[in-house]
Amino acid sequence: MSDELPILGRPAPAAGTALDEIAEEVVRFPGGGVALLRAETLFHWAQKSSLWPLTFGLACCAIEMMATFAGRFDLDRFGVILRPTPRQADVMIIAGTVTIKMAPRIRTLYDQMAHPKWVISMGSCANSGDHYRNVYSVVPGVDHVIPVDIYVAGCPPTPEALMEGIFALQRKIMEGDRARA
Amino acid sequence: MPAPEVVSALGVRFGAEAAPLGVTIPAASLLPAMRALRDTYGYRGYVTASAIEREAAFEVAHVVRNLDANDTLFVRVTAPKDLPEIDSLAFVYAGAEWHEREILDLFGIAFRGHPDPRRILLPDDYTGHPLRKDFAMDTPWGYRP
Repeated sequence: MSDELPILGRPAPAAGTALDEIAEEVVRFPGGGVALLRAETLFHWAQKSSLWPLTFGLACCAIEMMATFAGRFDLDRFGVILRPTPRQADVMIIAGTVTIKMAPRIRTLYDQMAHPKWVISMGSCANSGDHYRNVYSVVPGVDHVIPVDIYVAGCPPTPEALMEGIFALQRKIMEGDRARA
Repeated sequence: MPAPEVVSALGVRFGAEAAPLGVTIPAASLLPAMRALRDTYGYRGYVTASAIEREAAFEVAHVVRNLDANDTLFVRVTAPKDLPEIDSLAFVYAGAEWHEREILDLFGIAFRGHPDPRRILLPDDYTGHPLRKDFAMDTPWGYRP
């Protein structure tokens, strides 16, 4: 009996099994496929494992986003699969410069997404407007229009940076940050 | 370079003066001059339109092209600042319609007789014309921080 064993002397699950990811909140009973955990934790785990983004490619960041989804980086392996409609999407990736004329469209599509929903702001333009901040047609940051969960820095961000943003969103979901309800 | 005989013919017929890459035409004779360029001188292709704000007046440059002679001509016309208004070319060159809407949008130069004088790039409820020199960068707008 070592210290790392959970209750009832049951050996810890092998690393890499599905429940291992959320293991610190899981109580396993011996001898059967039964585990105790909070339902919220299970839901969060399911949500973070199938983040379906509605892409919103607005400028050059969209090229990096496409590269991230394509074969070399392959977001499919994290359960991130592009959806063409807001009704099926969980997370909105704003990739590029937001113009005043596009802002109401972004708001409409965000409102059409079903709860729970999250927003990743990709790149300096979507974060703050960057060097287009004071241009007559540009919104200085997409957070003037919709609430943003994760800001990914870069101009444009590398695919690795976008992937790190998605992982940060997954951690945020697992921590149960649901401030926006 | 524009053909010298075209420039001099426009000078004789419409009072045009030679200008960089083309001619400057009095605003009153813009339409007949463009019709003549299209029908008589072979400038059947409309390339683009551009506008400049000079100290005294606005200047609009229409760029037309003669594909047979491989020649591009800039036709410049000025519009006074207190009444920036010139004739529309949309019924002479159909391609001019959207270019004129863009100039209307960004410079606020009106085109008389334009079939669809709306903004083309900015939202319909935008105030001001941002490429004018007197457009303030801190113009209040809904999304300004």
